[in-house]
Amino acid sequence: MNITLCGIRLQNPTILASGILGVTKESIDRLGKKGAGAVTLKSLCHEERKGNPNPTMFAYPGGFLNGVGLPGQGIESACTEFERLDDLSIPVIGSIFGYTLEQFGSVAKKMSSLKPAMIEVDISCPHMDYGQVYDADPALAAKVTKEVKRNVGKIPVSIKLSPKIYDIKAMAKAVEEAGADAITAINAYPGMVIDLETCRPLLASKIGGISGPALKPIAVKCVYEIYETVKIPIIGTGGVTSGKDAIEMIMAGATAVGIGTAVYYHGDEVFLKICEEMESWMKEHKISSLDAIRGCAHQQQKK
Amino acid sequence: METNCSCKTDVPRVMTIHRILEEGKGQCSFFFKSFLNGSNKPPQPGQFVMVWLPGVDEKPMAISYSTDNEFAFTAQSVGPFTQALTRLKRGDRLGIRGPYGKGFTIKNPACVVAGGVGIASVATLIDQLQDPLIIYGTRSKAQLIYLQRYKKQEMLITTDDGSHGKKGFTTDVLVEVLSSNKTIKMIYTCGPEIMMKKVVALCMQYMIPCEASLERYMSCGFGVCGKCMVNDKITCIDGPVFSGKVLSTLSEFGATARLKSGRKVSLAEHHKV
Repeated sequence: MNITLCGIRLQNPTILASGILGVTKESIDRLGKKGAGAVTLKSLCHEERKGNPNPTMFAYPGGFLNGVGLPGQGIESACTEFERLDDLSIPVIGSIFGYTLEQFGSVAKKMSSLKPAMIEVDISCPHMDYGQVYDADPALAAKVTKEVKRNVGKIPVSIKLSPKIYDIKAMAKAVEEAGADAITAINAYPGMVIDLETCRPLLASKIGGISGPALKPIAVKCVYEIYETVKIPIIGTGGVTSGKDAIEMIMAGATAVGIGTAVYYHGDEVFLKICEEMESWMKEHKISSLDAIRGCAHQQQKK
Repeated sequence: METNCSCKTDVPRVMTIHRILEEGKGQCSFFFKSFLNGSNKPPQPGQFVMVWLPGVDEKPMAISYSTDNEFAFTAQSVGPFTQALTRLKRGDRLGIRGPYGKGFTIKNPACVVAGGVGIASVATLIDQLQDPLIIYGTRSKAQLIYLQRYKKQEMLITTDDGSHGKKGFTTDVLVEVLSSNKTIKMIYTCGPEIMMKKVVALCMQYMIPCEASLERYMSCGFGVCGKCMVNDKITCIDGPVFSGKVLSTLSEFGATARLKSGRKVSLAEHHKV
């Protein structure tokens, strides 16, 4: 089940998605022990952020909605807390964001000093006003990619894309051409749930990001389209809660699968659960390696 | 092997406040006439609910009363959220999620050491124990609550200023109890973390098992936001009740906590915000 992603060896293709639990060294080690292939840190920017008031998350029938508002201790404080990330039990992906191009660059530079295995660039949080619309403008996304790449040396960079655009292929192409080493697809999709008794949106931020099972068909479609467009690997993220979901994502073209909301549904045992289910499915279908099925949904279309 | 995970939900259920009991100055218990989770299974002592006051905030509150047909939590007016809570009237509505977390295990004969509003977290535990010895301390007489509720229990009270009971700390009384009473088989505690750290240390010294309920900032209550991490433990799902054995291995217990942003600070700084 081990895979290689941008030269990084992962014991299995499951990667904890950003925003869930990846806040401390000990939480990363805990998830490593529980079987995660890699862990993505909660996104950090240049400043300390409290995020939105509560309620910031809940699960409704079919999915999960969160409007946490990117809380975080800020990159400086994280540098003090983590010191380094390459001495942990599993590969760590540092997630960053900024309000301006310069901030993306400077936060990326500081993040690179922690020696993460990879840096993920969040240009697509659905409940955050970045100041500029990085998530729907291929030219701006390319500029961010170049600015981050210029600041991180040899550390591979993955750009996290939003599903809320008409042409995700153009975004994928733009960031690949700008030097991105991978694409994380996708971020949560904007949504709202209203409480009938109080006649008001349940989230304090009103709008949040939909994740979990409700997001999966959108994520599979985006991964499928991106795979057709670019040569760089894709971390397929969105609604993967079972081994079959993960296989589906790999058939669409993902190299690795992001796991986020599934931690809510199944606890941190979810990585082992998904890997066991994947192995069991592969055994049943006499598939010896994930390479044999990666992107196979496309080949079948061509027949 | 596969479960239909999308059926699992955690949405605040808007409930009407059935009655409000003024426990003390600025301290109120809010009662709801219902089972918590729609089932007839009562919550475990030590579990908590997430309480949503629309337009204000949502925070974890310990379940302080639990009977066959109602439950309550007790709030002390401190910050903006609890101040807004204590202005509510009977008939007002709140959103409730839960119950969450792992509670206390029941073992007798027991001693319960409670500090300040921490008594709310051990209140339903006291209801289930067989004649526990209660050591209860507050800053002064004005903060003492539940005295009528536990009038049949043996209660040793301390106040920092000596305005009621013995002047001093609960841990001073606990030392006396532990050195003279050989029958206690379990110690439970909830209150200021500095106090709980001392209680755990004393229990280790006297080789008596103990359990303590931790308080941390929480956004979700169900183990995903990571804000309530104490070393490698996720307070909202691994706790909030931990054994003394586990707590004595956690370097952050009694030392540090995390702010809403996730930044680690000293306990003193954590309590300022």
